[in-house]
Amino acid sequence: MSTEAQAGHFPAVDWNGGAFPYRVGHRKLGMWLFIISDSLTFSALLMGYAYLRASNNWPTPFPFYPSIVFSSVMTFCLLSSSLTMVFGVSASSKGDKAKARKWILATIFFGVAFIVLHLIEWRHLLGEGLTPFYLPKEWAEAFTLTDGTPPTSLFGATFFAITGLHMFHVATGAIYLLVVAARVKKLKHEDIEISGLYWHFVDLVWMFVFPLIYIMSVDMHGALAHVAK
Amino acid sequence: MSAHADEHFAGSNKLFTSIWVVLVVLTLIEILLAYKTMPIHIMLTILLGLSIIKAALIVAYFMHLKFERLSLIVTLVPMLVICICLLMVFFPDSFRSSGLRYKFQEAPPVAPAPVEEP
Repeated sequence: MSTEAQAGHFPAVDWNGGAFPYRVGHRKLGMWLFIISDSLTFSALLMGYAYLRASNNWPTPFPFYPSIVFSSVMTFCLLSSSLTMVFGVSASSKGDKAKARKWILATIFFGVAFIVLHLIEWRHLLGEGLTPFYLPKEWAEAFTLTDGTPPTSLFGATFFAITGLHMFHVATGAIYLLVVAARVKKLKHEDIEISGLYWHFVDLVWMFVFPLIYIMSVDMHGALAHVAK
Repeated sequence: MSAHADEHFAGSNKLFTSIWVVLVVLTLIEILLAYKTMPIHIMLTILLGLSIIKAALIVAYFMHLKFERLSLIVTLVPMLVICICLLMVFFPDSFRSSGLRYKFQEAPPVAPAPVEEP
């Protein structure tokens, strides 16, 4: 309320500064700054992955099923969770906190679905023998170059580090939203919007992780077809 | 007050749903691309291009940045883009070590073609 009154003092010129230069609350500005720094964390990890990938014999082992099917459904879950979150924030801006809570709970549902699917996908890869330090024996054989250069075992390290950190963000986001849903009536609209910002950011990161980790690692030539059961 | 609330979170549910549809369609295009044979740098360019479009849609509409003050956008976005681009400073080293490790790939050990002598 006071912030809106303050905003009224300033004309719609963007660079006149004053006590309220961005017309957002300090919490929202803080979340934006956190998102920027977290973007850099993920950028650094993805750049590190690209660095290693460009300088090594990199395996491309993902089959259509289960890897690509699972990751596509997971992408769909996250995109849908962003839509339900934005519906929740929209309802909250109209003062309908009960409806906002329902949409936030739907968002949590999609987030948990993402984590469950991702853990099944991880379990499948671990079962094949992929770890952060070793490739499965079949992969090592299938992707060895004709001159005898084996594929790098760094594949597992980058895969588990990047998808793991992202999954951690989804999990903390789901807990954050659970707290917001529980206290939705006490919270101001802007606080609900801030939790939405974090959730959309988690979705946004996946929009880079999915193509770079999954789509770029599809087993196009059926190198592992003989291993598939 | 209600006018302020509307101003606070612009955009209708119809708009958000259409953004979601665009995001899903772009994702489907990415999955289709996975099964097209093309040089890896072309593939990477197209995929990153699509990802940046998707990220921009999410930031602009879902994260509502399009409806914020220009001063906030100009404070946040350019410095992030510049910092990410600065990370690319490592790539020459990546290509250098690739060249060291796989020199043999540039000149693969193939048998010389038989020369037909008269």
